[in-house]
Amino acid sequence: MSNKDIISVNLKVWRQDGPNDKGRFEDYSLKEVNTHMSFLEMLDVLNENLMKEQKQPVEFDHDCREGICGSCNLVINGIPHGPEARTAACQLHMRHFNDGDTITIEPWRATAFPVIKDLVVDRNAFDRIMAAGGYVTVATGNAPDANAIPISKIDADSAMDYAVCIGCGACVAACPNSSASLFTGAKVAQLSKLPQGAPERKQRVKAMVEQMDKEGFGDCSNFAECEAVCPVGISITSIATMRTEYVKAMFS
Amino acid sequence: MEVADKTTFKWDSKIPTGPLTEKWKTHKNNVKLVNPSNKRKYNILVVGTGLAGASAAASLGELGYNVKAFCIQDSARRAHSIAAQGGINAAKNYQNDGDSIWRLFYDTIKGGDYRAREANVYRLAEVSNNIIDQCVAQGVPFAREYGGTLDNRSFGGAQVSRTFYARGQTGQQLLLGAYSALMKMVHSGKVEVRTREEMLDLVTVDGTAKGIISRNLVTGKIERHAADAVLLCTGGYGNVFYLSTNAKNSNVTAAWRCYRKGALFANPSFTQIHPTCIPVSGEYQSKLTLMSESLRNDGRVWVPKAQGDKRHPNEIPEEERDYYLERIYPSFGNLVPRDVASRNAKNVCDEGRGVGESGLAVYLDFADAIKRDGEKAIRDRYGNLFEMYQKITDENPYEVPMRIYPAVHYTMGGLWVDYNLMTTVPGLFALGEANFSDHGANRLGASALMQGLADGYFVIPYTIGNYLTEVTPGEVDTTHKAFDEAEQSITAEIEKVLNIKGSKTILDFHRQLGKIMWDKVGMSRDEQGLKEAIEEISALRKEFWSDVFVPGQPATYNKYLEYALRVADFLELGELMARDALDRPESCGGHFREESKTPEGEAKRDDENYTHVSAWEFTGVDKAPVHHREPLIFENVKLTQRSYK
Repeated sequence: MSNKDIISVNLKVWRQDGPNDKGRFEDYSLKEVNTHMSFLEMLDVLNENLMKEQKQPVEFDHDCREGICGSCNLVINGIPHGPEARTAACQLHMRHFNDGDTITIEPWRATAFPVIKDLVVDRNAFDRIMAAGGYVTVATGNAPDANAIPISKIDADSAMDYAVCIGCGACVAACPNSSASLFTGAKVAQLSKLPQGAPERKQRVKAMVEQMDKEGFGDCSNFAECEAVCPVGISITSIATMRTEYVKAMFS
Repeated sequence: MEVADKTTFKWDSKIPTGPLTEKWKTHKNNVKLVNPSNKRKYNILVVGTGLAGASAAASLGELGYNVKAFCIQDSARRAHSIAAQGGINAAKNYQNDGDSIWRLFYDTIKGGDYRAREANVYRLAEVSNNIIDQCVAQGVPFAREYGGTLDNRSFGGAQVSRTFYARGQTGQQLLLGAYSALMKMVHSGKVEVRTREEMLDLVTVDGTAKGIISRNLVTGKIERHAADAVLLCTGGYGNVFYLSTNAKNSNVTAAWRCYRKGALFANPSFTQIHPTCIPVSGEYQSKLTLMSESLRNDGRVWVPKAQGDKRHPNEIPEEERDYYLERIYPSFGNLVPRDVASRNAKNVCDEGRGVGESGLAVYLDFADAIKRDGEKAIRDRYGNLFEMYQKITDENPYEVPMRIYPAVHYTMGGLWVDYNLMTTVPGLFALGEANFSDHGANRLGASALMQGLADGYFVIPYTIGNYLTEVTPGEVDTTHKAFDEAEQSITAEIEKVLNIKGSKTILDFHRQLGKIMWDKVGMSRDEQGLKEAIEEISALRKEFWSDVFVPGQPATYNKYLEYALRVADFLELGELMARDALDRPESCGGHFREESKTPEGEAKRDDENYTHVSAWEFTGVDKAPVHHREPLIFENVKLTQRSYK
C-alpha cells in the first residue's frame, strides 16, 4: 500500500440526541484513512475510535452496503449520497476525497422524515404511500400462467427502469420543496407500463398522490434535483407520467 | 437462560405417504381447514419481512388471519432478499429444452449432495411454477423476449435454461412484489407491520410457542406480543464469519433464541461459500460484495502457472496461464457448482498462485468473450455488475480481468422443520433460509429466491391450518407469567452487557470470531482445526462477557447495543457449527473435510454412515448439546458421486 492511498480528513458530523433535540455539528479528525475504504467504513473507523475513548458513536442507517437496500441516507458536503453521480453513500469510496478535506455529514432533512437520532431519520411515510396504492391487487394463488399476457420487451424494460427505485429518499432530501414525487412517480409509472396495473390505475394514482400530500411532502416544481441525486438513475419522466395519470384519473 | 423442558425427542418429519409425485397433492387434500369465520380469531406473528416473511404475512392476511410482521430495518422493503442478483428457478420449460418438475427436483437434490429430504425438494420444484405466475401478476418486470414472452437463462451449471430474471436485480424485484402485497394487506387492516423492532426471545407455555419478546429499536422499550403461532423468517447466519455477502444487520439472534427454547438446529455447519466475490482489500473491510455467478457464463477463471507471478495480468501470455477449472473439469469448465469453484480457488491460492496484493484472488477474464461477442453484448448482459465492480475496486473489467475470491454467502443449515415447516417447538414455524430443509449440503444458484417464496406463498398457507385447528385461539395473553419471565431475562441480559464497560469493542470480538470461523470452519475443515475452534470460540465468548465495551443506554436508539446482542449469539452459534462439522467426518457439498477426499482431491461422501440430518438440542451455554440424527431415505433417486469432469 503506497502513501498516496492514505489520507487524513476532517469531519463535521450532525449530532442530535433525539427528535426533540435541537442538534449541532461536531468536529472530528481522522488520520490514516485508506482511500480504498468505503465512506461507511470510514464512519465505522470513526465510531471504533470514539468507543475506544468510551464516547458515544455516531448513529447512521446502513445494511446491505451494496447500493440496493436503500438504508443509507447521508447528505455529504450538501449532496444526498455525496459527490459521485449514481452512487449510494455505501458505494462511495474515499478515493474521491483529498488529503486534508473537510467533509460535512448530515441526515436527510424533510418535515416528513423526522430525525430519530444523529443521522437516522424516520422514512415510514414512504411505506404509507405504498400502502395507499402501490400494488396490483392479486391474492396469492389467483394468477394466470405467466406467459398468458405477452408484454412487449420495450414496455417491460421501461417498467424495469422505474421499478429499480431503492426507496432511499435522496429525491426528497435534494428537493427544495421536499417533494416525494420521484419516489411516488416511479411506482405509478412502473405499473402504468404494464397491463397488470391497468384495472386499478385510476384509484392508484389518486390514492398515492393524496397520501403523499397528507404526509407533508411538498409539490414538484420541476427543479429536477431529485433525478440528479438518484443513485439508480430514476428519470423525472416518472413525475410527468404520474401527473398525466393523475389528471386522467381526475377527469374521467 | 433456562433450558426447555424437552428432554427426549422423537422424530416425526410428517412426510406424507404415497408416491413422491403425489405427496403434496395428497397432503393438501388432507390438511385440516380453519373455518373462514374462525380465521380472524387467530393471531400470527411473522418475524422478518424478506421473501419468506413478506409473502407469508401477505398470504396469511389474505386468508383472514390477524398478522403482525416484524422487521429490524426501517422498512419491510429493506430485508436482505433485496440484494439477490441472478434469478429464480422454475420448471416452466418455456424454452422447450427438456426441463420438468422432475429435473428441477433431481438437480436440486443432487446439487445438495443428497443431504436433503426428497419430499420437501420435490414439493419445492412443484410449486416453483406458481411462483413465477404470482410474481408476474403482481407486476414484477421480468426480462422478456421481443415477442413479449418471458426470457430465461442458464444459471449455475444447470443444463437447461430455467432461470427467470430481472436484470441483475431479481431479488429486489421479487421482494418489492412481496412487499407490495404486504402493504396492500396493511392498507386493508389485516396485517400490521412493526418496523425497527427486533425479536429477542420466544415465549413458550408448556413447550408451545405463544408469543415473542421484542425490543423497539427506536425507544429501546421491551415489548410483549402474544399469538397462536410464530413464523420465523429471519434469513441466514453467514455473518458469524464477520465478513460475508450478507447485509450488516443480518443475524442469527431470533433463530438462536428459538434454539435455546427447544427448537432443534439442523446442519448448522452447512455453509455456502460463493466463488465470485470481490476480494478483501484491507483490515477496515466491513463486508464482501458478490458478483453474480452468471458472470461465469462468459468469464474464464485463471491464475498464472508460476507461483508468485506479479506481472500485470495483460502481460502474462496465454501459455503461462492456468485456466484451472477448464483443465480439471473439461465438461463443466467454468460452470461447475459453487462449492467446487470455491474450493479450487482456495487450492490455487494455497499453492501460491493467487493474484492481487493479498495473493487471495483469482482472475475472471472477459477478454475472450468481448473478442467473440463484442463489448456491447457483454455490457448488455453484465453492465450493472461491471459498473459495481469498478466502483469498488477502481479497475475497469472491460480492460483488466476481474479479481474474485470466495466469500460466505448462504447458510443451508437452520432450524429443523417437519414437512409442515414446523420446528420441534409446536406453534413455531421456520421458513426460507432460516430453516434447513431444501438445499442439503449445497444450494444451487437461483434456488434461494424460489425457496423463500415457495414457503411463504404456497406452503405455509396450507400447512399452518393443520396446527391451528388443534389450538384454541387466544389461549394465552401477555399477562401470562411466561411473558414476565422472558421479559425479565432479556432486560437483565441488556443491563449485563451494558455494564461490562470493558476495553475491547464489539467489532474486535466479531472480527476475531470471524477469523477463527474462516480459518477453521470455512472452506476446508479438519479434526484438529475444529477442536481448536471449539476451544477458541468458547474462550472468546468468556472474554466477551468480561471485557466488551457497549456504549449508551438501554432505553434509546442504540445500534451498537443491538450489535452486541447479536455478536453474543454468534459466539454461541460458531461453537455449535464447529461441533456439527466435527461430528460429520465425511465431505459433502459445501462441507469439506480434509480427511475425506477422493484420490483427485474431490469431496468424498460417506453415504453408509452419514446419510442423515444432524439436529442439535440445546442443553445450556457451555454445555455440550445433544446430537440427534434424522435418517434421509432415498426412494426415488440413486445416490451417485457428483462428477463435473
